Formats: sequence, structure tokens, C-alpha cells
Amino acid sequence: MASLVGSRVERKEDKRFLTGKGRYTADINLANQTYAIFVRSPHARASIKKLNIDKALKSSGVVSILTGKEIADDKIGGLIAGWAIRSEDGTEMKCPGNPPLAKDNVNFVGDPVAVVIAESLAEAKEAAEKVEVDYKVLKAVTSTADAMNGDTIHEGIDKNLCFDWLLGDRQKVKEAFDKADKVISIDIINNRLIPNAMEPRACVADYNAASEEITLYTTSQNPHLSRLIMSAFGNVAPEHKLRVVAPDVGGGFGSKINVYNEDIVCSWAAKKINRAIKWVAERSESFLTDIHGRDHVTHAELAVTKDGKFLGFKNETIANLGAYARVFGTVTPTYLFGPCATGVYEIPAAYTNVKAVYTNTAPVDAYRGAGRPEATYTIERLVEKASMELGIDKTELRIKNFPTAFPFKQTLVHTVDSGDYVAGMEKAKQMADYKGFDARRKESEAKGKLRGIGVTSYFEACGIAPSAAVMSLGCGVGLWESAEVRFNPTGQVTVYTGSHSHGQSHQTTFAQIAADELGVPIENIDIVHGDTDKGTFGMGTYGSRSLAVGGIAIVNACKKIVEKGKRVTAKMLEANPEDVEFKDGEFIVSKSNKKKTIGEVAFACYLPGVRDEMKSPLPEGDEPGLKETSFYDPSNFSFPAGTHIAEVEIDPETGHVKLEKYTACDDFGRIINPMVVEGQVHGGLAQGIGQALYENAEYDETGQLMTGSYMDYTMPRADNFPEFNIGYTCTHATTNPLGVKGCGEAGAIAAPPTVMNAVIDALGGQEVTMPATAEKVWKACKNLKKSNAKAA
Amino acid sequence: MKDFNYHSAKDSKEASKLASSSSAFLAGGMTTIPSMKLGLATYKDLIDIKNIKKLSGIKVSGKSVTIGAATKHVEVSNSKDVKKAIPSLSSLAEGIGDPQVRNRGTIGGSIANNDPSADYPSACIALNATIHTNERKIEAAKFFKGMFETALKKGELIEAIEFQIPEKSSYQKHPNPASRYAIVGVYVAKHKGDVNVAVTGAKSCVYNDKEMSKALTGNFSSSSIDGMDLDSSEMNSDMHASADFRASLVVTQAKKAVDAC
Repeated sequence: MASLVGSRVERKEDKRFLTGKGRYTADINLANQTYAIFVRSPHARASIKKLNIDKALKSSGVVSILTGKEIADDKIGGLIAGWAIRSEDGTEMKCPGNPPLAKDNVNFVGDPVAVVIAESLAEAKEAAEKVEVDYKVLKAVTSTADAMNGDTIHEGIDKNLCFDWLLGDRQKVKEAFDKADKVISIDIINNRLIPNAMEPRACVADYNAASEEITLYTTSQNPHLSRLIMSAFGNVAPEHKLRVVAPDVGGGFGSKINVYNEDIVCSWAAKKINRAIKWVAERSESFLTDIHGRDHVTHAELAVTKDGKFLGFKNETIANLGAYARVFGTVTPTYLFGPCATGVYEIPAAYTNVKAVYTNTAPVDAYRGAGRPEATYTIERLVEKASMELGIDKTELRIKNFPTAFPFKQTLVHTVDSGDYVAGMEKAKQMADYKGFDARRKESEAKGKLRGIGVTSYFEACGIAPSAAVMSLGCGVGLWESAEVRFNPTGQVTVYTGSHSHGQSHQTTFAQIAADELGVPIENIDIVHGDTDKGTFGMGTYGSRSLAVGGIAIVNACKKIVEKGKRVTAKMLEANPEDVEFKDGEFIVSKSNKKKTIGEVAFACYLPGVRDEMKSPLPEGDEPGLKETSFYDPSNFSFPAGTHIAEVEIDPETGHVKLEKYTACDDFGRIINPMVVEGQVHGGLAQGIGQALYENAEYDETGQLMTGSYMDYTMPRADNFPEFNIGYTCTHATTNPLGVKGCGEAGAIAAPPTVMNAVIDALGGQEVTMPATAEKVWKACKNLKKSNAKAA
Repeated sequence: MKDFNYHSAKDSKEASKLASSSSAFLAGGMTTIPSMKLGLATYKDLIDIKNIKKLSGIKVSGKSVTIGAATKHVEVSNSKDVKKAIPSLSSLAEGIGDPQVRNRGTIGGSIANNDPSADYPSACIALNATIHTNERKIEAAKFFKGMFETALKKGELIEAIEFQIPEKSSYQKHPNPASRYAIVGVYVAKHKGDVNVAVTGAKSCVYNDKEMSKALTGNFSSSSIDGMDLDSSEMNSDMHASADFRASLVVTQAKKAVDAC
């Protein structure tokens, strides 16, 4: 049987998605359901003086209106940060309470203060407009850079500072800088983004008074984790009385990791009113209340020798957490950021210092790449600037500082098991025709255009993560993953995974893996996920962990099935278990022609007997049935890496940046399905290029979101991109049996610095901030013209 | 969205009769419906004019192209007659919104709404259009009064727009990257004797740039407006483009348009 791993198996999920048969949360309608509309704060910061629901209660169709008071009276808990970070001075991070419905204070535009539940959506909306809230508006804090100087948002949290964290050794870095020939320094902003999943958030909550069970259908990347948080911290229901179902989910990018206010409120309220409640976000609610991403202000320095060896690295960053600290809000700008900020280079001394601040803006949390895009942007902009200032070719300077041997003990935390950064660079240069750039630049110049080339070499730490390691650093949970492989008596297989697919194609790639492991045709394998009542506890999908953690759990569960199969075959064929080999779905007794198919073995496990004989195929100690579970805890992160090269052409008259060429050469270890990986790379690149050239979440000084719709928030479109030139190098990960590394976030991590390095190259080294909009670039072109004229 | 009465008028007369101070005519609904949905506008009556046959269609004579008010953008962009007579008008229609918008939105709706960033008003100014209503004929130069404001009276219905066929013309747009509306759109049309440079997106209302028109009437070459420093004091300024940037873009797009003629 040919191996399916490595082949372009067509996506099993496409038929239902392409024919409109997907079943998303908003498609779910329950008998006698009601509709919820949330009353949200129109102010970024205010105290609630009075909340009057009398008029709204009289509005037609209203079933119930609940406020922060009721939720507090019922002792329903708030939203939480999942990772405890300690400051450099040893103090613990400071987190404010975050009730699901605000009672006393609101802290960002969109913060919910009440829920109106009515017989119809229109009635709920109409009644919501009649809820009267008397706010005392307070001065908002919105600037990341100035947050520490603003009014105190949360009582008791001085300077709006959650923590002041250090990773690395300041003294060693000082010594390194003292020895440097040159110090390259840079001030950069990592712009705030809104994830914009195609499917807005939604939930349907149902209460069964007979079983006293709450069922919550919700747009989640991790239903078990949501259940745990809602139960342990939200006090909504004990875990065994709370079922969380995340059916088809239309994109998450990190924004659907969090348990949100609406999940808790609807679950709690469904029980209270003893009826089902449906809530579906409107797009404007998504803009306002989905977690946002990035939002860093950074000063970084690189100490170098005159021949281009890196000696030391400093990174001083202010990270905006938004109004509250959420699940991955505190780890994203720390352990997901700091360790990767030294990039793919051997730098003897380094530190990252992060001050995480609260502001009156939507909470900021993990968004595709989470911390690694910010890290890669920092180091790769700095390296590019170093190449300009030192006059050393940008690819040569990078190669000069690449590690030469693996495992590579990276400066701050990670030990990278495998990779070949030089091979990746050489291949990327060839794919991009790096040598031919000067000729292309001249051609552009002849047309009155400016042309630039930008390079990024990145690595990232994903496949999160070894539980003991992350819990030692403050993580509130272990980051293993589970799988359960169940044979039916007639030979089909159901694989339950704790990973969650919201675009990742697990139904296909996981089935490819199981098909190879078990020798069962792929059409006889189903992948089941997203329902806490079906599979065992799982940690969910984020941090490019599904394959490198969840996939390995499946492999391990399959291996247990094969082991049992060997024992059963041996008993059935009267051989020694050690003599039974398994290949392509058959258990073969070596040096004989005796064999059993895995289907026959499964059948025997479920029907362990024969007519007229007292005889079991099961060896002593083995129970009937064929079902195995694995909880896999990885021994290390996985470390994809690569080199990306972009070329842009700029029209100096309009400031228009045209991305002419984009080359991505990535090392994802073993590739299960090249077509799916291409999709992941394309999507990541689109979001990364979006950050560099188009996307920006902007608040005004009063905390109103200025980019609250697609009229002003620039989502990139297909015509913004060239055809992507994608290639791979492949060094297998040595830390997992499949040799795989994560691929979901690489594009979003590498693309922003690659594109910006190209833009800034075209602009003769002038800094522009992301996104490089037409006006910013136009201004830089005017400056360039002036300085060129002066030079002439 | 609040409840409203829906009427489908069979002719202009009926439409006009149904109109009141709390009604709106409904053509493609590209602005009216979203405004109602967002609660920015409420009407008691919506008077659908799409079923009035007389309001749709394209007629080309030797001197002019006349387009019925309820004609969709896609019909204008696909019309061989328009392509032949005024190719720039056809390509303008092809660049409005997206396929969904072009399959519903109408030329009359666009002009009646007079969005400061809409494309069609610039065509009306550049192509010396005459707006035919159920009551009178209005010259384009007197039709567009200000931001979302026109010379139309309550109950007055646009029936057709008559464009003068120019010798040469081109429309060039610098789109807003997010909405793809014009940050600046410049429609240059060279008629016998004079040149119009109609600008949309730059100010609160479409206008004919006299300075550039004069320069180009003298010498129809982009070099005659190159480097022109326009007064930006009345230009729009927002997060996507400052007034100064818009002023520069107006010249750049005008040059492009002239070069494309």
C-alpha cells in the first residue's frame, strides 16, 4: 500500500464546505430558542452611575434582561489570564477582574453591560436600545507608548503596568556592547491588527432541566479548554454538567482561543430562563470585541563587529494588553516573543525586557504567530539595517551569523533540534533570482519607479508545548494533546482528537496519518473533534500544535492498537507475539504465510469467541474491544525556519507599493499533505503581507475604534498579491516520531519584515511604519527626492 | 431595521405621487438599505423604481449617450455601444464597487446620492451631462450641490442621464485601500474647444478643476499640468489621505488620465 503521508490527498472536508453543507454555530437552531443582544459601552472608560432596564423590559417580546449585578449576585466568575508572569523584581503580574457583564466600570468600547433576551432578534435589538445606562465618562488611556503615564485604569494597578518582565542577562549584554565596533539601533512599532475570521463569533446555549446539563455550541478553537475555564473560573456549571461543542468553525487565527463574555453569559442565562439562547456577532461587534493582535512599541539594539559578527542584542518593548489580560494575553508578549527575538543567529548575549500595559482598548491576545511575528520583525529589521550600515550584503551578513551545528542552543531559551539555515537561504536566493535583482532595479528606475528587495530569515518555536517546561514558566495548564482511536467491529476507524480544525484540514491530514499507521483505507477513517461529550479532554488548536502534538498522539494511539493486534494475532495463529510483524494493514507471522488483516483482528476483538468451541482469540490479560487512547506530551517545541525574499516596486508619485515577487522557502520538517501546507503558507503570507502593507487597527484619543468596518480596516484582497513562489527544505524534527514541524503561522511571522525590508530598501533606508500606506510611502519618496537633489 | 412600507411603482408618475417627506426612492439600494440597516436612516415608505421599464436602457446618438436612471453599472460596463462611444465611461462603471454592487447598483442611484467619493458624478461633470428628471432637465454643473446634496426636489425622480460624447477622455482613480471608493478620481474629457477635469473624492463634492482645465485647454499634454501645486485648503483629510496628499494625487491622476487619452 502506498504511503499517504506526503501526498496531495484531496480535502475530505471540501465537499461539505463547497456545497454549503457546513454546519456552523449560526446554523444551529434549537426548539423554542430566544435571541440575545448585548448592550455595550459606547465609551472607552467610564463608571456606570445607573442602569435602568424598566423601559426595555416593557418592550415587545422581551424574555429577560440581565446585568452585571445579577451575574455578580450569582457569583459567576470573570475572564482570566492563563499564564502568570513574574516581573524582573520578582513581583507577580497584576490583573484586574474582568466580569462577563461590567457592573461598576467599563474599560473599552464594546465592553458589555447587559444582555437582552427576547423572542426574536428584532425584538431583542429594539429592547436593547431602550436600556438606559448613565455613564460617568472618564479620560481614556489609548496610547501604547504613553500608557504608563496615563490615569490609572484599574484600581491598584500603578502605571497601568501588568508586569515588567526580563529574559536574559543585562550585565552580559552591557559587556558585549562595550566590545562592539558598532551599535545598530532601531525604533519600531508592531501595528495592532484585528484577526477578522470569516465566521464572526457566535454561541447557542441550551439548558436541559432533566439532566441539569448546559450545552454550549460556540465558535471555539478549544472546546475542552473553554469548558475547563467556564467551570473552574466561571462557576457556570461543574465540568460533567457542561458540554461545549465547537462545530464547523470558520477561521480563528487565535481569536477563538478565548472564552468570551458572551459564552459565559449565554450559558448562565440559558439555565436561568430555562430556554435556549442564540447570539451571533455582527461584524461590527467582531471588530470591537474579538481579541486584537500585536501592538508593540520597541526599541532594539544590535552590537556588531565591523566585519559583521553579532555580539549582543537588547530589546526594550512596551506591549499593549488592552483593557484586560486574557488567556494568552500575558504569554504572547513574553515567552512567545522574547526567546525568538534573537532570531536565527548566534548572539552571545541578549535580553528582552517587556513592559505590558493596560489601555482602554479591546483586549490583545494571541493572533496568528503570537509573539513570534513581533520578535522576527524586531530582529530582522535590525539585521537589515545592520547590513545597510555595515555595507555587507544582506544575505551574507545573515549567513555569517547562522548557527553551523544542530542542536542549536539559542541564546535565551530554546534548544533547536534540527535545521539547515544556510541551505534554506541558498535555495531562497535561487528561487527569487537574487542575483538578477540589480538588473530588475535598473528596469524599474528606467520607468521612474523605485524597486527594493527584502530578506528575512526566521525561526519560530511552535507545537506548544512540553507541559513541565511551560508550567514552570507560569502556564496554567499542561499543553499535551490527546487522541483516541476506536475500531468498529466491522473495521472502520473513528479517531477522536483534542485538536480542533477551523480551517486546518485535520479531517484529511489526520486521516492520512492514521491510514498509514493502521493500513486502513482513508475513506474508512473519520476524524472527530470539537465536542466535549465525544472525545477525551484535549487542549485544542493554536501555536501550530495540531500536527506536532495532536498528530503524534494519534500516531501513538495507533501504535498501541497495532501492539494489541500483534498479541491477538499471535493468539489466533498460535505464534509468538514477537514473531508477528505489521505491514500495510496485515499482521504477518514471520517466516510463514500465516497472517490476519487488521479488520479480522478488530472483528475478533469485538466478537471474541467461536460457535461450538470454548475459545477466545484474546490472550490472557487483554480485554475485548479495540480502542486505544494516547496523551502525548511533547519533549520540545518544534522549530520551523526558513528564508523569505520579497521585491516591491514603488510609484513615487502615488506612493503605491506593488509587491512584485514573493518567495518563501520554509523548512517544516516532514510534510504530510503538500496541498494543505501550501494553503497554510498562502494564508499566513496574506495575513503577514496584510500587516506590512494594509491592516491597521486605529483608536482615536477617546478610545473610539476608527477602523471599525471594512470601509476603513483594509483587509487585503487577492489582487494585492503576486503569485507566491513557494519552496521547501526539509530537515526532519528529531523530537517527534513523524519528524514534523508546525507550518500554520510561518507566513504571518516571516512576511512583515520581508516586505518592509523591501519597501525600506526601495526608499533608500528611510524608515516607514507598518502598514506602509500610500501616503507614508509618498512622503518618504518626496524626502528621498530632496536628499538625492542635495547630494547631487 | 425599522418596519416600512414597500411600493413598487409602475411608472414615474406613480412613483412621484407616492413620494412624501418620509419616503425614499429605491433603485439598487446600495446606500439606502445599509443606511436603514445601521439605523442611520428610517423611512416610512420605500418606492421601488426598478420595475419602471422606461428608466432602464442605453441609447447612443451621434453626439450623446443617454443612460436610463435604473440602468445597472454592469449594463453600462458591458454595453458595446458605450464602449465604442465613450470607452472611459464603460471602464468607470467596471471599476465601481465589486460584482455584487455592479449587479444591483444603478447610475441614477449613484448620482442622486452624490457621495463625495462616488465615481459617476465626475463623469457627469466631465462629459457635460444633462440630468433628465420627471420634471425638467438639469445641467450637471448645476446638479451637484454639496456633500450628499443635489438640485433634486422632494419627489423629483431622475429618469436618465445624457452624456456628451467627447473627443477623448479617461477616468483615473486612486482607490481607498479598504473600501476601494475613490480617495481621488479624476475624469478628464477633451471636447471640441475645451477640456474638463472633473475631480471626485478630493473635496466635499465633485468639481471641475478650472486651473487644470485651462492649462489643458491650452495644451492637451500632461506636461502642462506637471508639478502643479493645487490649493489643498478645501480638500478632505482622513486616516487614509491628508489634504496635501489628495492635492498631489489630483494632479497625478489627472496626468495619468491625459496620458491615457
